[in-house]
Parts: sequence; C-alpha cells; structure tokens
Amino acid sequence: MSEREAMDFDVVIVGGGPAGLAAAIRMRQLAPEATVCLIEKGSEIGAHIVSGAVIEPRALEELLPDWRDLDSPIQTAVSEEEMYFLTETKGHRIPALDRVMPHLANHGNYVVSLGEVCRWLATRAEEMGVEIYPGFAGAEVLIENNRVVGVATGDMGITREGEHGPNYAPGMELRAKYTLFAEGCRGSLTKRVMAHYDLRKGVDPQTYGLGVKEVWEIPPEKHRPGLVMHSFGWPLDDRTYGGAWLYHFGENLVSYGFVTGLDYENTWLSPFDEMQRTKLHPVFRPHFEGGRRLIYGARALSEGGLQSIPRLTFPGGALIGDSAGFLNTPKIKGTHTAMKSGMLAAEAVVEALATDRVEPGSFTQRVRTSWLYEELKSARNVRPAFARWGMKAGALYAGFDAMVLRGKAPWTLHFRHSDNETLQPASLSEPISYPKPDGTVTFDKLSSVFLSNTNHAEDQPVHLHVENMPLWKTVNWDVFRSPESRYCPAGVYEVASQETDPRLVINAQNCVHCKTCDIKDPAQNIDWVTPEGGGGPNYPAGM
Amino acid sequence: MKILVPVKRVVDYNIKVRVKSDGTGVETAGLKMSMNPFDEITVEEAVRLREKGAATEVIAVSIGVQQAQDTLRTALAMGADRAILVLSEESPEPLAVAKILKALVEREKPELVFLGKQAIDDDMNATGQMLAGLLGWPQGTFASKVELVDGRLEVAREIDGGTETVSLTLPAIVTADLRLNEPRYASLPNIMKAKKKPMETLQADDLGVDTTRRLTTVSVSEPPTRKAGVKLNSVAELVEKLRNEAKVI
Ligand SMILES: Cc1cc2nc3c(=O)[nH]c(=O)nc-3n(C[C@H](O)[C@H](O)[C@H](O)COP(=O)(O)OP(=O)(O)OC[C@H]3O[C@@H](n4cnc5c(N)ncnc54)[C@H](O)[C@@H]3O)c2cc1C
Ligand code: SF4
Repeated sequence: MSEREAMDFDVVIVGGGPAGLAAAIRMRQLAPEATVCLIEKGSEIGAHIVSGAVIEPRALEELLPDWRDLDSPIQTAVSEEEMYFLTETKGHRIPALDRVMPHLANHGNYVVSLGEVCRWLATRAEEMGVEIYPGFAGAEVLIENNRVVGVATGDMGITREGEHGPNYAPGMELRAKYTLFAEGCRGSLTKRVMAHYDLRKGVDPQTYGLGVKEVWEIPPEKHRPGLVMHSFGWPLDDRTYGGAWLYHFGENLVSYGFVTGLDYENTWLSPFDEMQRTKLHPVFRPHFEGGRRLIYGARALSEGGLQSIPRLTFPGGALIGDSAGFLNTPKIKGTHTAMKSGMLAAEAVVEALATDRVEPGSFTQRVRTSWLYEELKSARNVRPAFARWGMKAGALYAGFDAMVLRGKAPWTLHFRHSDNETLQPASLSEPISYPKPDGTVTFDKLSSVFLSNTNHAEDQPVHLHVENMPLWKTVNWDVFRSPESRYCPAGVYEVASQETDPRLVINAQNCVHCKTCDIKDPAQNIDWVTPEGGGGPNYPAGM
Repeated sequence: MKILVPVKRVVDYNIKVRVKSDGTGVETAGLKMSMNPFDEITVEEAVRLREKGAATEVIAVSIGVQQAQDTLRTALAMGADRAILVLSEESPEPLAVAKILKALVEREKPELVFLGKQAIDDDMNATGQMLAGLLGWPQGTFASKVELVDGRLEVAREIDGGTETVSLTLPAIVTADLRLNEPRYASLPNIMKAKKKPMETLQADDLGVDTTRRLTTVSVSEPPTRKAGVKLNSVAELVEKLRNEAKVI
C-alpha cells in the first residue's frame, strides 16, 4: 500500500451531515489555525441526506447566532400540527397534542430539506477554511499503536473482479491527530471502530427504524406551508413501531414518508409497501391528488436513544451524531442533537489539541452536562415502552411519561434484542397482501429508485458483502424466505430460480445506502461497505 | 502545441431532470452539476497528448456562471495546466460561446481547440463547427481517435456505419465522440494539488463579444409516458391485439 499518497491534518471528519459540518464549523471557530478536512461519500454534500425534516433550531442558534441573516434554506416555520391514530378507514385526530405528546409540539421549528441545509452549512464551513471533499468515501480506518490516526479513502477504478482497471487510482491516507466519525446511522467505519475498541460494552443494543420518503410537488391552492402531520396505527399491527409523516414546505413541496421500526417481526413486511399504501388512507390521499412525485429515497435512523449510546471516545477520536445514536426518538428529531454533539466534540478536540492528549475524553463529560443529555434522558423510556408493550400501550405509556412523570421516571426501560434477532420465521408470520401500485398516487419500487438518481460505476466490486452464501440459503431463504428482498427499499436483493435452486441476486447499482440490510439481516451475514466514492443516490434539492 | 479545451458545467448525467411546471424550461435549481461527459473525454485526450510530449500546455476554459470554476477545478485535477473562466449567463448559446472562444484563441494562440461533440444539456452539437467556421480552421468532428503524425492531426471520425479518417493541418478544431477514451478520475491528491493551479477570470464583455440571445425557446415538454406493457397468454391473443388494438396487421 506504499503507493498511496498521504496528507496530514489536525482533524479529519468522516461524513458531511449536520454532525460533521457542525463539528467542522465549531473547530474553525475555536481554533482558526487548525486544519480541518471533511470527506463525504456522496457526489456532493447533501447527495445522501434523507430526513423529514422538521428541525429545532436550538443547536444552530448556538453555532451560528446570525444564521437568519445568512440566506439560509430554513424558511418554512411550522404553522399547523396534526397527529392521527389511523384505523383502516378512519383517522382519529389526537386532541390537545401539546399536552399529551409535548415532545411533538413544534412551535418555533422549521420544515426543511435537510440536504439543502447541509449544502448551506458546507458553504459556511468552506468560507471558514474547512477543506471539504465530496465524492470520497472513508473506506479504511487507520490504526497505529492502538490509536486511530486517520482514514484512507477507497481506491478508484477497481474492476468487478477486484483487479486494477485501466483508470485505477489508489486511495489516499488522510492522517489526523483526531478523527471524528460522523457517518450517520450505522456508519461502516464506525462499525469497525466500535468493534476494535469494544465501545458498545455495557450498553443496550442499538435499535433502528427505516424511513422511506417521497417529495411531491402539489397544486399551489392545496399547499399549506408549515403544515406538519404524523400518524400511527394502521397499516402496521400493534406489535410494529412506526408511522407516517407529511409536511408542507418550500414552494408547493410536500415531504411524505413512513418510518418502520426495524425490530419488526413479520418477515413478510415490506417498509416500502407500507409507505405506499398509507398514501391511500383518506387522511393522506387528498394531499397527493393532482400532484406529481419528484424524488424518492430511504435511510435508516437510530432509535435506541440514551441507553444505546456507546462509549463516545477512543484514542485519536470520537463518534458524533447519528453514528453514536444521538437521535431523540419520541421527537423523531436528530438534527439538532447531531449538531450539538458535533459542536461538543469539537470543543473537546480543541482542548485535547492544546494539551496533546491521546483521547478527546472530555467530550463525554461535555455531553453529560449539556441540554443534549437532559433531552435524551427525559426521552429515554418512550421507545423501549413501544418495543415491550406494542403501539397502543406504548402510546399510553408515552402519554403517562409526558404528563405525569414528565420524563423523570425513576426507572429506565431497556432494549432486549438487536433488530436482527426479532424476525419470525416465514411459517409463523402472517402473509401481508399489499395493493398494486396505481401509477398516480402509489408506485412500484423500480420507478421509485429511478427518482433517487442512484448510480454506481458498473465495473466495481459488489459493495454488499454476503460473507457466507450457504448460510444465506439455510437461514434467509429456508427460514425467512428472503426478508431482504422485501425490506430493501431499492430492490437490490432478488431471488432467482426460487422453485429449483434459489440464489440471491444482488443488484448493487440500485443501492441507496439506507443501511437496512447491514442492520436487519438475521444472521448478520450482510456487510455494507463503501462503494467507489461518489456512488449512490444523488438526491436533489428538496430532499 | 498549446491545446485549448472548453468545458461546460451541465446537470450531472445521473440526474433525471424534469420540466418546470410552467413549461418554460427544465428545472435546474439545486441539481448536481458536473462537467459535460464529452468534455471529460477531451480533457483526458489533451492531457494524454501532453504526457506523450505531443502538446506543451493544456488550457481549460469554461464560459458560464461563477460556479463553473468547480468544473474548471476538475479539469485541473485531471491534468490541465491552467484555467480561464469567462463569466456570462448560465448556458449561453453556441454562437456566443464560439465567438468568445474565437476571442480567446486570438489571445492564447493555441494550435488545437478540443471540444466535446455536444453538451448533454441542450445537445446542440454546434459550437465546434461554428468556431471552425469563424476561425476558418479545418475541423475533425466526432473523433474516436486522434494522432499527431508529422505535424498533421489524423482524426478517425465516427460516421454512419463506420469510421472515416481525415488528416488536418494545424491549427485545427477537433470534437470528441464517446469512444475516444475513458477519462481518468480526478483523484483526491490531484484535487488538492489543483487548488494551487492558476485560474484567471474574465468577463464576456472584456472580450468585446456580443452575447445577445438569438434563439427563443417556445416550449418544453416531457416525452409522453410509455404505457405499461401487458402480459399475454397465447399467440392467438397476440394476433387479436395486433389486429384490433394496434391495427398493425
Ligand atoms: C426518514 C428520516 C426522517 C427524519 N426526520 C427528522 C426530522 O423531522 N427532524 C430531525 O431533526 N431529524 C430527523 N431525522 C434524523 C436526522 O436526519 C438525523 O439524525 C441526522 O441527519 C443525523 O446527522 P448526522 O450528521 O449524524 O448523519 P447523516 O445526516 O446521516 O450524515 C452522514 C453523512 O456521512 C456520509 N457518510 C457516511 N459514511 C461515510 C463514509 N464512510 N465516508 C464518507 N462519508 C460518509 C453520508 O453520506 C452522509 O452524508 C430523520 C431521519 C430519517 C432517516
Ligand atoms: S442494499 Fe442494503 S443499504 Fe442498499 S438500499 Fe438495499 S437495504 Fe439499503
């Protein structure tokens, strides 16, 4: 590997989401002479960002107090808010939302395209001297003498067979005193770092959700900027966590999507189809009629909260944002917490730089004494309550927790299972029949994936490693009937010759980098690794 | 031999564009922009000529908005020696581009202007030819192979059903087709180094060129959506459909 070039920085940040960008900006604010390099696997900043998103401006307010004067894409203030419990034909609106579900009260919040917010933050960061390189994935963690000393970007121009193609260009070592992993939910390098330093020792397993999203343009007369709707109940059964969102924002745009808790049990469940069929419900359908669908995408989110946050630091770096799991699940908000964690990590790194410490250890303490910790602490019992007692009882507990306990319960509920352990065999799961797409409001997977603009250079190794194919057959096929062909929102996995000799076909070029297969595969036999940099979705503005 | 390589900033080829709801054009706001793929090919070929010693300098030029400097940075990272940005409106029309390039040719005195055969946004396929006309230079369009032989350029051209080879005296205009080469990656070390390469910025007006639009777009519409196919069960059914529905037999 001696042919790789190397470059030294004070700080290298892997991932250009809200966490990484906030950390980068904070670094330059506090230590203007520090060299900060940020890499992003998407072809540009924002290209891989999928979020709701209703955001709380709290962290941004602290990071860039004058953000309102900086021509930001944060423009649509939340104006109306509705929460529904759905049955198949009816929607029951929850009254007095701000008392029953105060975590969902959104006054002072904004509906945004998080991808656009990231592009805007990146411009601020570059103005402040951060070097940003989109189109380059962190493919390897560099560890020397048990200290993380940076990352290496992936080689380019490797053929499908793993050989050097005619355009082969070796990756580059980005060496740093401190490396911050800001890869978002289920980061592929974060996974390696967690394993190497055993960072998850003594904490609950992480639990995840998969959000599948569409952006629509609707007729102006129907558009109610700032309208925020959520639902729970139908079409999921009581054992399955999840629900839909629908936000009106920007110029006649609607953000719609559906989150399914990845601790679901029924192997026949398809998060994509749950998202599609929920659009047909009378509460949502009118919003889509006369509109046109513009963008499609999907991404997992970390839902475990406080109990599932691993040790945050290790020699040479830290985990920030959704890589660590800082999402506030009852609020379904992780942007402000991701940013705050990035800012606190930057403060810890500045201190470590000054005192030449190996580990930016004060990060953990800074988190503990910040509003971030308070917020996650009071939210900590809600998601596990749903995991234990189901949606209805879980919702009751959430209301009780909010109104009576005010998040100060003297107990902490724990997660007992990883999401890959919850699936029931096909023989014990009840088949689900999803309606056929109608081509106007509901669509099939392939036409959807087309609208993610995803692309991977054709001649490259498959970036979804199935470590053991015979195991796929005995577990995934024989027991669960290939759940990946249903949970993958991009149609990457297909089973050929089902009747005679079932084989798994991997259409890796369709992958939208949601990370669900890495999370949900029952035998943890699928490993998602970074494809050639720049590959993956190209979500445009609005996403 | 100096080579001038014009590069255009266009909507990335992976992006599915959509027509604006008022039908006046294509929505480009907030879309990923990249170098026109045919221009990547010309940058590559020009850099290879320099690496072989056939050329002395490769100058990338882009005509457009400020952000076109990102496109030029890519050209520099791929190996161009320096860059010129001529600021004008977004996506100026071919004749305006050709006139600006003519002015630059007079200033820089290259012996070869190497263009993509067309830009993938408007697919005009006109700039190279117009420039050749304005300069009175020979042109080799749709090149799939370019070689410098005894001071002349041999250009293999893609034509219907085969290739035609023309031999051009220099100075000349060449436009590249898809098969000419497979462009290299702009690698991270080279992107870092490209930051230090020179880039000059000019205004279209400084070159004394009139870029007033002469073309008007009447309307833009999406291609009709293809109807979903149907699966038939027998040949008899197929014949029946072809006869009564499609009315082709
Ligand atoms: C469907 C959905 C709805 C949501 N709704 C809301 C909401 O309404 N409000 C809210 O506040 N939050 C919401 N969230 C949560 C919020 O989006 C996340 O918490 C937040 O984006 C986390 O920020 P991050 O920077 O940690 O990670 P991300 O935003 O995921 O960014 C990580 C970045 O790192 C890049 N990356 C990953 N690995 C590598 C690598 N190896 N090399 C280089 N680059 C890499 C990724 O491409 C990505 O750009 C939602 C999330 C989802 C999925
Ligand atoms: S292959 Fe895996 S990461 Fe890619 S879209 Fe499918 S489930 Fe998501």
